[in-house]
Order: sequence, then C-alpha cells, then structure tokens
Amino acid sequence: MIDQISVFLENEPGRLAQLCRTLGDAGVNMRALMVADTESFGVVRIICDRPQAARDALEAASFGVSVARVIAVEVPDRPGGLADVLEALGEEGINVEYAYCFVEPGSRAAVDVLKVDDERAAAVLESKGLRIVRAGEIYEPDPS
Amino acid sequence: MFQPEWESMPRERLEEVQLERLRATLRRVYDNVPLYRERFDEAGLAPEVSTLAELADLPFTVKDDLRACYPYGLFAAPRSEIVRVHASSGTTGQITVVGYTANDISMWADLMARTLAAAGATRDDVVQVAYGYGLFTGGLGVHYGSERLGALTIPISGGNTRRQVQVLVDFGVTVLACTPSYSLLLAETAEEMGVDPRSLPLRAGVFGAEPWSENMRRQIESTLGIRATDIYGLSEVLGPGVATECAEQHGLHVNEDHFIIEIVDPATLRPVPDGETGEVVFTTITKEGIPVLRYRTRDISRIIPGECACGRTSRRMERITGRTDDMIIVRGVNVFPSQIEQVLAGVPGVAPHYQVILGKRGSMDTVEVHVEVAPDLAFDEVRELEELQRTVRGEIASALAVSIGVKLVEPRSIERSEGKAKRVVDLRDATGGE
Repeated sequence: MIDQISVFLENEPGRLAQLCRTLGDAGVNMRALMVADTESFGVVRIICDRPQAARDALEAASFGVSVARVIAVEVPDRPGGLADVLEALGEEGINVEYAYCFVEPGSRAAVDVLKVDDERAAAVLESKGLRIVRAGEIYEPDPS
Repeated sequence: MFQPEWESMPRERLEEVQLERLRATLRRVYDNVPLYRERFDEAGLAPEVSTLAELADLPFTVKDDLRACYPYGLFAAPRSEIVRVHASSGTTGQITVVGYTANDISMWADLMARTLAAAGATRDDVVQVAYGYGLFTGGLGVHYGSERLGALTIPISGGNTRRQVQVLVDFGVTVLACTPSYSLLLAETAEEMGVDPRSLPLRAGVFGAEPWSENMRRQIESTLGIRATDIYGLSEVLGPGVATECAEQHGLHVNEDHFIIEIVDPATLRPVPDGETGEVVFTTITKEGIPVLRYRTRDISRIIPGECACGRTSRRMERITGRTDDMIIVRGVNVFPSQIEQVLAGVPGVAPHYQVILGKRGSMDTVEVHVEVAPDLAFDEVRELEELQRTVRGEIASALAVSIGVKLVEPRSIERSEGKAKRVVDLRDATGGE
C-alpha cells in the first residue's frame, strides 16, 4: 500500500495551478496526478516522492488535504495487461473504487493505482503472479 | 448574583418599580426631546400612564429616528452631563450616536457585572475582552462590567488573533468575551499554533453581538472546554448588558428593572402574549443620556413563560432566532441565516463556516449556501462528497421547508470575521452593492 495525497478543490480558474506551485515550491516531485471532477468541485489525487512534505505544504497553504492508502501494481506491458489485473479482482468480488496509471521513469512497465476497500486485494493480485509496488520504490518513507 | 436585591426582586415589587421609572422616563423625554414631544402632541397623548399595559398605546421609536436626529437630537440630558458617546455603523447609511451620562455609565457597569457573574465569573477571574474597543459598545461595555465585578481585565480589543492566543496562554485567562464566531477563529488559530485550547485555564465565555445557534454553542463549549453564555444588547438601548443567560442556559434574563421588554407582532405591531414569537421592543426606564421609548430592535424572539430555576425573577427572552432585516424570502418562505447555521452544525463533515449567496439568473432570484468542508474530512472519494452535498441540501430542505442549492467550498476559504460574521452576500445588484 502506498500513500496518495487527495486534495479537495473548488472549480476555479488557476486553483489547480496554485496547488502544483505549492508542491513545486516545497520541492515535491509528482509521479502521477489525477483529477476527478463534478460540476462545482474536484478531488485531485497525487502520487509523489515525499507525501508527508506534500501534505504539510498543502495544509500550510490552507488546502483541504487527506491521505488515502492505495495499491500500486505493475501492469504487464502488452494488450490486455490491465484487463488481467482487474479481472483478477473481479473474480474475487473485489470492487475497484477508481484506478489510474503512471509510468516510472526508465521502466518498461506501467504502474496502476487502485483504490479498493478490501484487505484481500494485494494478496489476490500476488497470487496471480502480479507484482505489487512497495512504498519504498516510489518514495522514501518519512522519518517519524 | 451581583445584585440579588434587584435580580431576584419579587415580581409585584418589580412591576411597581417599572411603572414608577417609566413615568419618570416619559416626563423626561417629553420635557427634553423635541421628537417625542411632537409625537405625543400630534397624537393627542399625554406623557403619562397609570398602568404598564398602557405602554402599548405609545408611539414606537425606530433606527431611522436616530438617523434623523443625528448626532445629538435624541439626547435627553444637557450636553454638559453627557460623558461618553458610542456609535453604531449599521450596514447601510448614516451612523447613529448614543450618549451616556455618568449615571448611565455606572448603571451599565452594574448590568455588565451582573452579566459576567451570571456567566460564572467572579473577582478572581482574568477576563480577556476581545470585543472591539472604540465607538462599538462591546469592548468598553464588557470592560467596565469586568472592572466593576473586580476581575482582572485585559483590554486587548479585537483583531491580531495570534497575539490574542498568546495572551490567552501567557496571562492565564479564565473568561473570554468576544463574538461567538471569533471564539472559533481563536480556537482554530490556537490549534495552528500548537496550543490545545482545552488544556488552558479558560473556563467561561460571554458571547454576543451576532446571532448564534445552540449547536454552535455546543461546538464552542467542546472546542474550547468552557461554558459559553449568550449575552444580548444593542447600542440604541444600552450596549451589551440588556439581557443575559444564567447557568441554566435556557433563555436570557432581561434586566427588567432597567428595560421593559415587549414582543410585538411584526405585522400588526400589537403586543403578543408571553410564549409567542415576534419582534423584540425595548423601553429604557433608567437611562438619562438617550432614553428610548418602545425601540423596535428588528430582532425576532419570544418570552419564555415560567420561572427560572436560578432564582432570578426577571423574565427570559429566547435566544435571538433572526432579524426582521436579515430575513431572506426564498420562494415565499421566510429564512433566517441562523436556521441554516443550526442545520450545518448538525451535519458531520461540514464546518460551521458558511455564507448565503443571493444572486440572479435572468429575472429569477437565486439562493445558494456555500459551506466549508471540515478540514479533517477524508476528501478522497467524489461520491462521498456528492453524498455530503446532498445530505446538507436535504437537511436544509426538511428544516426550512424550502429547497436551497448547496455548494461545498474549501476549508478556510470563507473569510473569517474579527467582529460580526458576514453571513449573507447579496450579488443581485452587482453595480450598486455594498
């Protein structure tokens, strides 16, 4: 499981830019960004190299921030790769709340980010021979 | 009680005192204030009553009378006896001025000492007065009462919130006086500064100058770890000190030995029986500088029938539920911002920071409530946020019997006020708006 930063944003011109600038000024490097939007607001989901620093910087700038735990799984680089991943979960009756992909620099495989509310998910994927990406591969764990 | 001989006076005796003082006040305004003399003469009324019930036949005073007599026209004492003025800006138009004689200032200090005592304060307390000092009556009103009580009084005035928190911590403050919305900003700021307000010796607060709900009281009490007391007053009548809650927290005792309260039907302007809701009207019966006869406050409330367990014999006014001029009419339904606040405070996931936005779409008036999501909400799933938005909308619709659009906005995005919170934003007249 890895930490994903979720930010509540009003639909306003320039607001997403302010968010990105805040992260940039804090020296946070983003790996992936996904916006889910409605008519009046959106939720921005971010995978980055320093989630705790990102959270601190955004909170200091009065953004509404929360941290969600998501699964990152490596997706085979061939047609039907993602379908295999999702079918593995579907067969076990595990529902995916949302999903998006990113590619790590220098890597041939894509990483799929999955939000599921089922503890079995990671084990199910591993039993199908899929590789779960560990937090330490994406960001340094914050000293605590 | 600070003045038990007055605060728990038998009611028959209290009414004798009221009648005697009302008669003296009528004489005083008739002899000294042209506006009152003209009104009585034009109506063919003598400035006399033989019972308290006859008060209902006398003319009202309204805010516009104070504006028309700006600055000193309603003063009933010679200028040489006036020792202080306060003024109220109002939201529109000219400011209005009120004057106090030395006796008025002393009476006011007594009434504010009663208020602080009713909130649980004693001479051993440390009182931080975070109401604005200056022309606004809040700061100096509480200040004199706190000194009269004998408490250690900190005249910090409003604003500079981080410094307020520093003083709260360093000075061992036990009683806080400010607007209810400012107390929550102080709590929020304290937490940002790493101070847990509940860990402080602070134990009581007197909050007024804006309407607030029972839910907001509970939130203030749990966030700050205090007992929160609602206080009431307005500059035209005195300033703070007109009425206050006691430890029962069930209605505000009106200082009836100094003010006669009436509740009138806003349409017919006739008094309604105790228990019924209407506009609050006050007549001052001891003030010298600027007595007012039947002043229409525009505040909506009712008298709570029955005796109070605290031993005070004065009647209680229910906490203000709205103002006749804050009232918004949405598709024919009367809506008070305080009702919306009451709903929001009961929905987990949203903060009690909101604004009612009045706009126009074509020729149609629109109303939308903007409410902040709670800063500790898990924001991850759009579906849950949409569900929250629907819940707020549904709760408002069922409580107010009218459907109002709801928009969730970001935490801390609604401007925080250091004085009275701005709850209604009117965008309908974009060219001439305030």
